[in-house]
Formats: sequence, C-alpha cells, structure tokens
Amino acid sequence: MKTFTYAWRYLWARPMGALLNVLLLTLGLSSITFLLLVSHHMERAFDRDLAGIDVVVGAKGSPMQLILAGVLHLDVPPGNVNFAAVKALEKNPLVAQVIPISLGDNYQSYRIVGTTHAYVAHYQAPLAQGRLWDAPMQVVLGATVARKLGMAVGQSFAGSHGLGGTGHKHGDHDYQVVGILGATGSVLDRLILTDSASVWRVHEPAHMDLGEAKTDHETDHDHHDDHNDHDADKALPDDKREVTMALVRYTTPMAAVSFPRWVNTTTDMQAAAPALEVTRLLHMLGLGTDVLRAFAGMLLLTAGLSVFIALWSAVRERRGDLALLRMLGAPASRIAALLLTEALWLALLSSLCALVLGQLFVLGLGAMLGLESALLAAGMLWPSTLLLVPALAVLVSLGAALLPAWDAYRSDVLQLLQSRG
Amino acid sequence: MLQTHDLRYAYPGAGALSFPDVALAQGEVLLLSGPSGSGKSTWLALVAALVAPCAGSVRVAGQEIAALRGRAADAWRARNIGFLPQKLHLSAALTVRDNLALAHWAAGMPENPARITQVLAALGVQSLAGRLPSQLSGGQAQRVALARAVLMAPPLILADEPTASLDDAAAADAVGLLLQAAKAQKASLVIATHDARVAQTLAALGVSAPVLLPLQASAAQTDEVPA
Repeated sequence: MKTFTYAWRYLWARPMGALLNVLLLTLGLSSITFLLLVSHHMERAFDRDLAGIDVVVGAKGSPMQLILAGVLHLDVPPGNVNFAAVKALEKNPLVAQVIPISLGDNYQSYRIVGTTHAYVAHYQAPLAQGRLWDAPMQVVLGATVARKLGMAVGQSFAGSHGLGGTGHKHGDHDYQVVGILGATGSVLDRLILTDSASVWRVHEPAHMDLGEAKTDHETDHDHHDDHNDHDADKALPDDKREVTMALVRYTTPMAAVSFPRWVNTTTDMQAAAPALEVTRLLHMLGLGTDVLRAFAGMLLLTAGLSVFIALWSAVRERRGDLALLRMLGAPASRIAALLLTEALWLALLSSLCALVLGQLFVLGLGAMLGLESALLAAGMLWPSTLLLVPALAVLVSLGAALLPAWDAYRSDVLQLLQSRG
Repeated sequence: MLQTHDLRYAYPGAGALSFPDVALAQGEVLLLSGPSGSGKSTWLALVAALVAPCAGSVRVAGQEIAALRGRAADAWRARNIGFLPQKLHLSAALTVRDNLALAHWAAGMPENPARITQVLAALGVQSLAGRLPSQLSGGQAQRVALARAVLMAPPLILADEPTASLDDAAAADAVGLLLQAAKAQKASLVIATHDARVAQTLAALGVSAPVLLPLQASAAQTDEVPA
C-alpha cells in the first residue's frame, strides 16, 4: 500500500508535468467518453421510441425523413396522406394496429400531435394528472412539456402553425389541457397529444363546431354534415381528410417482406421501416464518429507519448535514488512497480476527470441543441461500455510506463557506486 | 564479522580483479583506499551482494553471501548492510521522516515510526523530521542519510567517500559521526575513500583501521576497469 503513497508523492514532486499528463490523458479519454455516451443515448432513444413500430406509412419522399418526423419527432414530415387510405390499411390481414399521426402545429416549440388513445397506450405512458382527451381541442401534455412550460390541468392555450416556434397563432382555436402524462423517457415526454380531429378542426377550411364530445373519428365523420364550412358549407369526408402518417404494427414478422412493397406499389403512400432507416442513419453518423474516434485516438496517443517522456525523464533524473533503493534492499521488481504505480495514478486521475467531463459535455450538448429527452436522455447514463475509459487509461499509461519501468528494473547499482555522484 | 577469501571479480570483456583477503571483527573499522578506478566500488558491490564474484568467498556475520542471488541477496542486504553513498540521494519528494520510512519500504518491512524517531534523535536531527531534503544544510542531510543507513541496525556499514567535497572541519565531523553511529550499533565500518584526511582523523581519534588497497592486489588489467 505504501507503494501507492510513494508513487503519489513522486508524481506530484513534478506538479506541472503531472498536471500536463493528466490534462492530455483527460482530453483523449473525455472525447472517447463523449462518443460512447452519445451513441448509448441515441441507441437507447431509438430503441425506446421505435419499439413496437414495425413500419411507418406516410407521404412519398425520403423514408428517413418520415421516420425522423413521425417517430422521433425531430424532422418535418414529407407531406400528408389521405385518411381514408390510412384507414384502409387496417383491413389488411398483415396489419395488427394502425395509429394515425397528424402534425402541423406547435405550442412554444412543442409539437401538437393529433392521434388516438392507442398512441399513449403504445408507449405505456401513465397519466400523472387528469385524464385522456375525450373530445377535440382537449390535450394531454407530455411530462417534459408540462414541467418546462409549468402548465397544469385546466389551462388553455392557442397553438401556432408549423412545427417550430414562430408560426402564426391560431387565435380562434384554444386547446384545453385535460391531462398530464407521467415521464416515460420516450418521445411522448416532449409532445402535446390531442385527438386527430383537433388538427383537422384547426387546419381544414371547415370550422366544425363539435361542442358535444366525440371520441373517435367515426362519430366525427357521422356528424360532418352538421358542421359549417366557411367556403363550401360542407364538412369533409374521410377520403378528403388528411393525416401526416400512420404507425403500423404487423400481425406477423413475415409482413416485413411483402407489406412495404405492397404499400409502395399499390398506393400513393410509402412505407418506411424504422429499424432499417435508423440503421442507415447510424451508419451515416458512424462516418462522423469514426473521424472523432480517430481524433480521440490521436489525442490519447499523444498523451501516452507525453506520459512516456515524463516517466522516462523521471527515471533518468531519479536514477541514483532508484539505485540507492536497490542498495537499501529493494528488489528490482519493487522499483519497477513504483514506476508503474505512478502511471496507474495518472490513469486513475484522468479516467475520473474524463468521465465527469464527458458527462458534462453530453449534458451541455443536450441543453445547447435542445435535444434533452429527445436523442439525449435528460439525466446521466452510465452504460457499461464506459468501462472502456479506465481500461484505455490503464492501457495507455501502463504501456507508456513499461519501458521506463524496465529501465529502472535494470538500473545498475554498481554503476551508481562507480559514478560517485 | 567480515571475512573475504581469494575474492575475484571479472568485468564482462575485461580482465579479472583479485582482492586481498580481509578479516574484520565486529566493531572494527576498515579503510578501503586507493584512487578511483582501483576497484573500490567493485569490492563494495561484492560485499553488499550486489554482484557475484567469479571466485572466492565473502562471509558476513558468519553467512556466506557470495552465492546469494536475486531476492535473497536483496533481502539479505536490507538487513545486513547500511550504506552511506557519496551523493546522498535523499528523495526530494519525501520528508526526512518519509525518506527513512522509504528504507523500510525498500526492505519490504512495515514502517516502524518509533525506530525512525530513535535513529533521528541519536543523530540529533529529530527536529528536522518534517522537512524536505531541499530545506536541509549539507551537514544535516548527511546526518539524515546516516540515520537511513543505520535504520535497520545492520552489522556492517559501508560508507562511500563520506568526506568528499567537505572542508577539513566538516570532514572530521563526518568521520567522527560515522564512528559514533557504527559504535552505537556495534557495527563494523568500511570507509571507501581516497581522502587522506580520513586516515588522519581516525589516527587522531585513536582508532586503528587496517587499510585495504585493492589497487596493489589487482592485476594489470585495472586500466580496463570502467571508472
């Protein structure tokens, strides 16, 4: 145990050099920590948000855009699709469930998503307060939305057009908060959910006065004829209505073979498999992270070289001291262990600094890009892959210490006696 | 205490050195004399079991050490040899007390604070225990190094040029201190030096010290011995 104490003292006998080495190692290791954390956060987010969604059906365009817009709620959608066509999907024997998603508005940059109760059930989100909507223009807030906006059940607000924060206000359409969801860690946390009919009411030229509660689209449809249309005095039937996309769950995994092709060839819509698109996305990001990883590797290599030079010169400087320890009866192995322990201290210190710094980087990035609880989870995650960081630290510093330790191991006491000073 | 017989050592690629026999009783002093390059260092290394002779025997306190190797030699050296180098090699990163504790660590022993206090007190440097070597005067540093040499109560103390770079008064002090420390430990003392003042001081103190001159005994190859 004393070896650790002495190694520590020897290390800090040259404080500037020690600090520089800790700094260099920390730079390399924290970059690696950052990369590991970001990829873990993203994989977790994808796993969570994509779970159980076999395919997304939406307007033709980029399939990745469709997934990013409709499942992860990061991008704008390619366009809208006919609601009747989406409903028709339910009749396909390969389809177990269809969840319609209607985008278009936001409130304070949080998306207002028109959908059905099935969407909430899909992510198994519990209700923290209130209830789910049972009529259009009633909304349920995701946990993050409620917290950030400080909103409570009973309050009402007007949405803005578009998916950003700057669209014009739909002043004449107020949403009423009827419930708040508990945190799920999924995409729901940062969404405002409402009935699909709310989105139609806000956007369609028809101003449907659905004062009485209507829980599903069938009844909406049934009552269309009762509503006034500014332009045509006509309510719209399903085949004139639009949703942005539909999340589809298969009855059988075999559907993945034929269903997307069927959609792509026989309808005006496209089917995009989230798993496929995310793999593609990660592959594209992978090219970026490869560069970062190479950069981190270079930093680490530089740090290793610096540690090597520091320990090498330390051995040269303390050659006499080390030889004297041999004269005092220390076996050569104990001298070498002293040097290696010095390197281990560097590894330990820089690992700790790197882990803390890496976590801070990720938190900072999340706050800066507003990706909190989107791609990056709100809190700190400690995936087991982070063990790579101390492992690399030990590898690099011990590797750098090997030659100096060997030099110390072989230190010739006789030479010390002969040099006499 | 110390007997050598027909001791020889061969440097790789050079001729052999042979040393005259030595018999030193407990508490006696031996002066190892001769200019540098005369084999003093080699003789010290042989007696400290740092290198193995190619022939002959070295007995310290009744034990044959010429055959000791590796860890056995290290362990033996830790307990039987006190070493005072010319350059003191006090670790700059450690306090005086920790420099002594480092000797315990080197010997593979648990730290013995009472013993450290005891040897520091015996040499009058107890009050310096918390200082760093850089905060010591030359004389103080030498006392600390001597305290480190006698820490393990070795039966044999080897001093390598203890008076080099000291003025006359300090040199006399250093020799006196060495004798005192050796006497307190009842240890035998070998002083390797080419400084004539050491012999004078010993004579003045009435200490009879046989003089060993390795140069006289070594063969003509001494020129090839690395200095």
